Amino acid sequence: MKIRVERDGLADAVAWVARSLPSRPPVPVLGGVLLDAGGDGGSDALTVSGFDYEVSATVGVPATIADGGRTLVSGRLLADITKALPAQPVEIAVDGARASITCGNARFSLPTMPVEDYPQLPAQPELAGEVAGDAFAQAVSQVAVAAGKDDTLPMLTGMRLEITGSTLTLVATDRFRLAMREFSWQPAEGLTDAAVLVPARTLADAAKSLGSAGTTVQVGLAGGDGLLGLAGAGKYTTTRLLDAEFPPYRQLLPAQHTSRAVLDVSALADAIKRVSLVAERGTQVRLEFTEGSLRLSAGGDDEGSAEEELPVDYEGEPVTIAFNPGYLVDGLGALHADRAELTFTTPNRPALIKPADENGEVVPGYLYLLMPVRLPG
Amino acid sequence: MGRNTGLPAEFARFRVTPDTDPADRPDDTGCGLLHVDMDAFFAAVELRTRPELADRPVVVAGSGPRSVVLSANYPARRYGVRSAMPVGAARKLCPHAVYLPPTRGLYSEVSRGVLALFRELTPLVEPLSLDEAFLDVSGALRRLGSTPAEIGESLRRAVAAEHGITCSVGVAGVKFVAKLASGMAKPDGMVVVPVDRTLEFLHPLPVSALWGVGQKTAEHLRQLGLDTIADVARAPLDRLRRSLGTALGEHLHALAHGRDDRAVVPEAEEKSIGAERTFDVDHHDRRVLERELLRLAERVAATMRAKGLRGRTVSIKVRFADFRTITRARTLFAATDVARDLHATAVALLEEAASGAAVRLIGLRVEGLTQDSDPEQLTFARPEPRWRDAEVAADVARSKFGAGAVRPASLLSPDEG
Repeated sequence: MKIRVERDGLADAVAWVARSLPSRPPVPVLGGVLLDAGGDGGSDALTVSGFDYEVSATVGVPATIADGGRTLVSGRLLADITKALPAQPVEIAVDGARASITCGNARFSLPTMPVEDYPQLPAQPELAGEVAGDAFAQAVSQVAVAAGKDDTLPMLTGMRLEITGSTLTLVATDRFRLAMREFSWQPAEGLTDAAVLVPARTLADAAKSLGSAGTTVQVGLAGGDGLLGLAGAGKYTTTRLLDAEFPPYRQLLPAQHTSRAVLDVSALADAIKRVSLVAERGTQVRLEFTEGSLRLSAGGDDEGSAEEELPVDYEGEPVTIAFNPGYLVDGLGALHADRAELTFTTPNRPALIKPADENGEVVPGYLYLLMPVRLPG
Repeated sequence: MGRNTGLPAEFARFRVTPDTDPADRPDDTGCGLLHVDMDAFFAAVELRTRPELADRPVVVAGSGPRSVVLSANYPARRYGVRSAMPVGAARKLCPHAVYLPPTRGLYSEVSRGVLALFRELTPLVEPLSLDEAFLDVSGALRRLGSTPAEIGESLRRAVAAEHGITCSVGVAGVKFVAKLASGMAKPDGMVVVPVDRTLEFLHPLPVSALWGVGQKTAEHLRQLGLDTIADVARAPLDRLRRSLGTALGEHLHALAHGRDDRAVVPEAEEKSIGAERTFDVDHHDRRVLERELLRLAERVAATMRAKGLRGRTVSIKVRFADFRTITRARTLFAATDVARDLHATAVALLEEAASGAAVRLIGLRVEGLTQDSDPEQLTFARPEPRWRDAEVAADVARSKFGAGAVRPASLLSPDEG
């Protein structure tokens, strides 16, 4: 192989692929990035890719190819090197078991790993539909906040993607809170409805890096292979779907409420953060709603206590309820709105939080359901 | 077993109060064993925030159909209400009592505070349950510049001042005598049994006061003509060995002579709680294994509840006849202290793991322990409160009547019906 590429394009491409590499690869080849310079002529791009059996990442960089070929080198090392190269064209040449990288006056020589030992990259799954990149990234992040991070409960670490015609629904839960986002997208011709479970953290990373403003993200599904594919801004990733049952969640959504509050999101979030500074190990903040006012409190005599009052538009029965402050602030932040509607039933049943407009009307498309902390007594 | 027996008149000389004349105080030299027992614990804790009810009968009980009395204050006890009694029976004896539901997490929190108090005096603190502990203060006397009885008194004052509840203390040379003494000191009292008057203290007591003697053994001893501890002490050791078996015979003989060399064992911070059983004969039969898992789950759950803990990860250990050992674990959605949940998970794990091969040992362990009193973050999965109530009722019955009193139906052997 013998090629020449622009330094910036190369550094970005390698950095992006290397990010999805395992930090402690079970075998050395899985820590490598594959550099593919075509080889059958006519191609003028270097393809940089990585795959660890779970996630694959592929991106092309414009290149002048003197001699085609493929090579496999350490991803971490290549990322560090390319980031540090001077702002000059980069030449990469492979000779036998070594790859040389020349840029300006700098010259590196890296050992290569056997390309034959590298797993074959999965094919990009068939197109299921398209959606605006930034809308998709925002939707995924609004829901990923509620996903479980505990690997002992794998079915909760996934995000459920439901395709119903031109509506895409994303749901995630860690059994304490649940987030759901519904929005429209352009499904491919003749697409059948489907529901899959994708590792939430991987999906959130991929959606963010592919969803830069102005681009469209293409979502692909290969049900048989158990893969989800995302493509956008010249980057392609695939993720293995989770083979687990997502808990039945629609029945959890309360149909009614006995009280309703509309609040300013940032005022409430700031107050919660302040008051929960004294919460016992950060575990609970108490909310006391009465007509026209919300009193937040936390802590006790031992560690210190705090109280703060906020005005609130409130209808219905007064209620005192407690929440984990971190979960509550997560939900308020995920609304992406200035105002929030909170509805309740009893102190042991979940609260429903939705974004609201300046008139206090609910903005449809997102909800965050949060289970309370049991109050003593 | 001597709990709540009250102080028979002839034992008044062992009782010590702050007003006791120094010349009349029993000699507490060498009596480094203290047994501290909170009086009517749950009820007393609830009364702290309801002082207006102090002179009225107050009963703490669950509200479900299988509920039992968890605690009754002394005014309620005058009507015959006792813990472990079904609520219906209590209401018949004392319909005008104030019935309060238990406050989850509160009692283990108070218990922890009281135990912390004890640990300021000595590290040798052995809690037996939320409301009882042994202390060995013999090594702390010099440092504290005090005597065991003085320590007992200052403990009682400190518990009352800092936690608003009373406790009773038994001061003696050995564990089981200290425990008998605290039972006699109740309520809000202290009894000191000088070492050289141990036998004088023990001998008039009925055999059921001996530690480890439940109803069946007491009946057996009575049939042998042994009604009081003195009778047991006077019986030749050989005779006891022959009638009760070597182990039990020697044990009761030692106790009857005031000998109990159990040390006070402080507990280490627990990372897991488990129990296991090695079978006398290897078993293939899945039903036998599941019954044993139920027994183990009961023990582990009762221990967790006694320590105010809940756990999230259940694991089983299976050792086959060829000594190959496997463990399997599963994490639950929410921490639990209910045997039924532990058992259900253990059985599911066994089904996935067992090959039908003969098993010589089976064990159950719970990890990922959290305190009962930690604010409980609720989950979407619906909990099953009824089973927990029934198990808590069984805990109370067991602590009163001994371990054989309550067993789930499936653990009764066919001929016990």
